[in-house]
Amino acid sequence: MLNIEKIRKDFPILHREVNGRPLVYLDNAATSQTPQQVIDVIVDYYQRYNANIHRGVHTLSQEATDAYEAARIKIQKHFNAQKAYEIIFTSGTTHSINLVANGFSSLLRKGDEILVSAMEHHSNIVPWQMLCERTGAVLRVIPMSDEGELVIDEYHKLLGPKTKLVFVNHVSNALGTINPIKALINAAHKIGAAVLIDGAQAAPHVKADMQALDVDFYTVSAHKICGPTGVGVLYGKEEWLKKLPPYQGGGEMIAEVTFEKTTYAELPHKFEAGTPNICGGIAFGAAIDYMNAIGFDAIETYEKELLAYATEKLGQIEGLKIYGPKRNKASVISFNIEGIHPYDIGTILDKLGIAVRTGHHCAQPIMDFYKIPGTVRASFSFYNTKEEVDTLVEGVKKAKNMLV
Amino acid sequence: MTIQTIQEEIVDEFSMFEDWMQRYEYMIELGKSLPIIADQYKTDDNIIKGCQSKVWVHAELDHDKLVFTADSDAIITKGIIAILIRAFSNQKPQDIIDADTNFIDEIGLKEHLSPTRANGLVSMIKQLKLYAVAYQTQLN
Ligand SMILES: Cc1ncc(COP(=O)(O)O)c(C=O)c1O
Repeated sequence: MLNIEKIRKDFPILHREVNGRPLVYLDNAATSQTPQQVIDVIVDYYQRYNANIHRGVHTLSQEATDAYEAARIKIQKHFNAQKAYEIIFTSGTTHSINLVANGFSSLLRKGDEILVSAMEHHSNIVPWQMLCERTGAVLRVIPMSDEGELVIDEYHKLLGPKTKLVFVNHVSNALGTINPIKALINAAHKIGAAVLIDGAQAAPHVKADMQALDVDFYTVSAHKICGPTGVGVLYGKEEWLKKLPPYQGGGEMIAEVTFEKTTYAELPHKFEAGTPNICGGIAFGAAIDYMNAIGFDAIETYEKELLAYATEKLGQIEGLKIYGPKRNKASVISFNIEGIHPYDIGTILDKLGIAVRTGHHCAQPIMDFYKIPGTVRASFSFYNTKEEVDTLVEGVKKAKNMLV
Repeated sequence: MTIQTIQEEIVDEFSMFEDWMQRYEYMIELGKSLPIIADQYKTDDNIIKGCQSKVWVHAELDHDKLVFTADSDAIITKGIIAILIRAFSNQKPQDIIDADTNFIDEIGLKEHLSPTRANGLVSMIKQLKLYAVAYQTQLN
């Protein structure tokens, strides 16, 4: 059992007001809030040991390096990666995906195929389109059903000798669908294709085990799991990371440089050019500690309860339609009210101090699929309460009255 | 009436309301009286970029005055564009170009004025003024 009242005390931002009302923050799928424990780590870094890492002989640099590398190990342990150097620090999921897409440029040939799911974050489809333009590879789409689930039969049909890479999100940001990634990975491996899983939306809800999944690449953004913005990781299996060429050139990623030739540093530094977000990486580690202290099992149980409660309450509003699957879903509710534009609902909710996301959620293909301009998305975290769900439901009713 | 007078009139109307809900309800009411754009002009070319909802605007010269029609798929957006059009429609292009839009702030819709806000009020104002510039050039 979670002590929500106590947990909420950890988050200063949850106690502010918006438009004269207590904030009800239900946009956690976009960015989660930051507990004081993580904020303290950020402040402590700048107050006590801010220095560049991996290159100084002085104490501050050593302390910063130790803290940064300790964070890498925390993240390794959390995701059960075999080696710490399989964890590459990046600026977040987008950067992680681009790193892999760029690396595959040199591994793909004309006619090779990349499979992506129909429910991807559209900014994440672009790196693959660019990769296809560069290499002549072909992008093929794993279709989605009306219920917002991937059509697995079609996936098996698409898999073939030309498939080199499969890209699917673990959890869909627009619908909350939890995809059966273990089965997808196994099938892809049977034909020798690599799999990259976008874990941005899964990380706040479930603890993914890299070795058990046997996944080749997995991405995470710290800002969705109580960490700071602008930092994340790419997990890559050692054999794959060795195969991929470096992404960016610069300091940190080299072993020796002459004008004739440069030899690259060992993993993970080969992919970590330039001064990284040192404080961000350390704070990411602190966020992982914070979440683990609460416990992912407890988080999952509680969020399921919140989701069920919100689904039931919202479902009672006439004309309200929820998109996405009924089962196997993260604590995200994407909905519309008949005849009302999602933007209008979002605007009224904001006046009531309720933060939700409206629009296409960077998943335009999903919106096109349902032939809607967008949805209202309420996404719940372990620090949200049933009372907040009630406030949301009242707010939606009020908005509906005003807008029809 | 001059743009200035109409704006004062609008500010006057809005000053009667005590809270945001009444203001929004009135705005939604105004949205219903928006002079609706003819279907033939409701094209992708006439969509204003930068809005989360779709907004179409069309401008036509009636003698020396510019007449706007518009529509949106979101009702609050429709209200906002209705307020703008009430102030700017049936005016000389040069007057539209010269007009300021401080009244938006005064009627308590300031939050919509931020250029980063996805509702595109700023883009709407810009688009209305661009039409005015284009027709002013034509009149010259
Ligand atoms: C499924 C998914 N993938 C990727 C991203 C992009 O993450 P970031 O902006 O941190 O790179 C997001 C964030 O919105 C997401 O929801």
